[in-house]
Amino acid sequence: MFVRGLKRKCFDGEEDIEGTLAGIKAIPSYNIQRQSLLDMSLVKLQLCHMLVEPNLCRSVLIANTVRQIQEEMTQDGTWQMINTQSTGQASLDRLVSTDILCRSSRDQAEGKHVPAYGTFNKDFESDQAQDGSETMSTASSVQAPRNLQSNVWEMENPQENKGNFQKSLDQIFETLENKSPNSVEDLFSEVDNSYYDLDTMLTGMMSNTKMGHCDSLETFSSPTNTASNSNCKSDLNDLDHIVEILVES
Amino acid sequence: LSTADIISTVEFNYTGDLLATGDKGGRVVIFQREQETKSRPLSRGEYNVYSTFQSHEPEFDYLKSLEIEEKINKIRWLPQQNAAHFLLSTNDKTIKLWKISERDKRAEGYNLKDEDGRLREPFRVTELRVPTLKPMDLMVEASPRRTFANAHTYHINSISVNSDYATYLSADDLRINLWHLEVTNRSFNIVDIKPANMEELTEVITAAEFHPNHCNVFVYSSSKGTIRLCDMRSSALCDQHSKFFEEPEDPSSRSFFSEIISSISDVKFSHSGRYMMTRDYLSVKVWDLNMENRPVETYQVHEYLRSKLCSLYENDCIFDKFECCWNGSDSTIMTGSYNNFFRTFERSSQRDTTLEASRESSKPRAVLKPRKVCTSGKRKKDEIAVDSLDFNKKILHTAWHPTENVIAVAATNNLYLFQEKVN
Repeated sequence: MFVRGLKRKCFDGEEDIEGTLAGIKAIPSYNIQRQSLLDMSLVKLQLCHMLVEPNLCRSVLIANTVRQIQEEMTQDGTWQMINTQSTGQASLDRLVSTDILCRSSRDQAEGKHVPAYGTFNKDFESDQAQDGSETMSTASSVQAPRNLQSNVWEMENPQENKGNFQKSLDQIFETLENKSPNSVEDLFSEVDNSYYDLDTMLTGMMSNTKMGHCDSLETFSSPTNTASNSNCKSDLNDLDHIVEILVES
Repeated sequence: LSTADIISTVEFNYTGDLLATGDKGGRVVIFQREQETKSRPLSRGEYNVYSTFQSHEPEFDYLKSLEIEEKINKIRWLPQQNAAHFLLSTNDKTIKLWKISERDKRAEGYNLKDEDGRLREPFRVTELRVPTLKPMDLMVEASPRRTFANAHTYHINSISVNSDYATYLSADDLRINLWHLEVTNRSFNIVDIKPANMEELTEVITAAEFHPNHCNVFVYSSSKGTIRLCDMRSSALCDQHSKFFEEPEDPSSRSFFSEIISSISDVKFSHSGRYMMTRDYLSVKVWDLNMENRPVETYQVHEYLRSKLCSLYENDCIFDKFECCWNGSDSTIMTGSYNNFFRTFERSSQRDTTLEASRESSKPRAVLKPRKVCTSGKRKKDEIAVDSLDFNKKILHTAWHPTENVIAVAATNNLYLFQEKVN
């Protein structure tokens, strides 16, 4: 589970951060590391959200970490900087895109107000223009959600991306709180099966980034790497098990 | 490795004669200590299986379409009041009171039924006789006496029996309820930290325990590294704490992981009731109940992990919840770590020991060899490098005999019992 060599690709500990802050290392490297931590956290929250009853303590701790990073980025002015740059645009939209994947199909079916679908579409199209090969894998992963309820996807939203980010965090908690009786049935009945190919989805989603440690994401998608005491069972076999229970009951 | 066999809780009873374990499959296994006999002096203190039963079954919450795990989160014994033993065991949602009793006699000579249990024809009953009690092989029966259900929306993390032996508390992520052992259809909510708007949730309850002597006092710990002590006499709803324990943060060591590693995974009062101990990710802290602003003692469990926090966050190990325990005299504390290591700290001498619970390193009656983790570049012989530690082998649950130096250590699906060597 603890993959060797992984830590070298992911920054470890305060020494690195303090080193960068002291100006010894180039500032961008700290931002990239912080961004990758943010991405990792959002993926964790998203995985939690998709599966059977998430561990509330873990979700709260991860969400608090995400908020901390967001606050620091706001103070830095990095947040605004990201807004204006085109490459930065991709990273923000990436944040938003995880929100989309966070939403259960029930919410999408109800046409619930989800911000920034417009920006996601824009990102998707601009990526198609730029990185052909990379986008192909993105396309396969977002294909399924796009198939869901196309009317919702047409919604445009002029809200600030920062507000969207906060809202996506809040929505994660809301939907944690309000699980409907039909959510699990809906997950299985309405959604294309390829949606649940975690490997494709995660690799596809992250292929736009410069994270450089896709192996770390492999650890999420691989079932054997789940911490045994976490309630977030990322093992697809458990999803099948739930389907069996539904069928039998 | 069958995941159902993973031990999820370990607890000695008040005398230490019984040791209960709960596992992920919802089973409880109770071990009993063999009595010393002159004929078998070497078997002093051996624990053998006494009873095994299925405490909780997997359930399905139809309202939320969610599976409820049968994993036993905690077991707490009740003090013994008659020949039978009672314990509380809980999964995420339901607490059960179990009675474990022995049967070593059987009645024979019934009037209305044959020896094999078949009903006799009434016209065959020609005389009345008094049934007699005959000895039989010892049978240990476990029967559920109470089921305390439907009081927790969130996952139960703690149960604690009150010193009045009539009530107990159960705590989930956001609420703490008080129960009377005799009453299953009603519980009193004594702590509720759920915000009106769930979007504002930033802190959860991680553990709770009653004071060992004062039946009106309990503590609960949080994911932000704070402990609140509450007095039930002051108000019915104990949202206002009497004492608030928090160590100020060291600004020089602040990182994005500071909050996560400060989250308290276990809180235990000392037997004396003067102190309490908390376990967070990297350390164990002892608090004097009279001093709220900082702990009186801090012990580093595996400080060498501080530089690996990002990787440990990535693989979720940073969320592992380690427990801790006191010995009978409160002179030593124990907690687990990775690589099947567990640590003991002697408070007065400040001496600490690292031991390993594994088949390879411990043969029956062999003395455990202390282990050491190499933190600097040069690794000495017998030391183990941090990168070689197995993070799948974690010791989360340990227990110490209430009076003797006997400890129980759960290593994934194996239970190890260690005893102090008497020369």
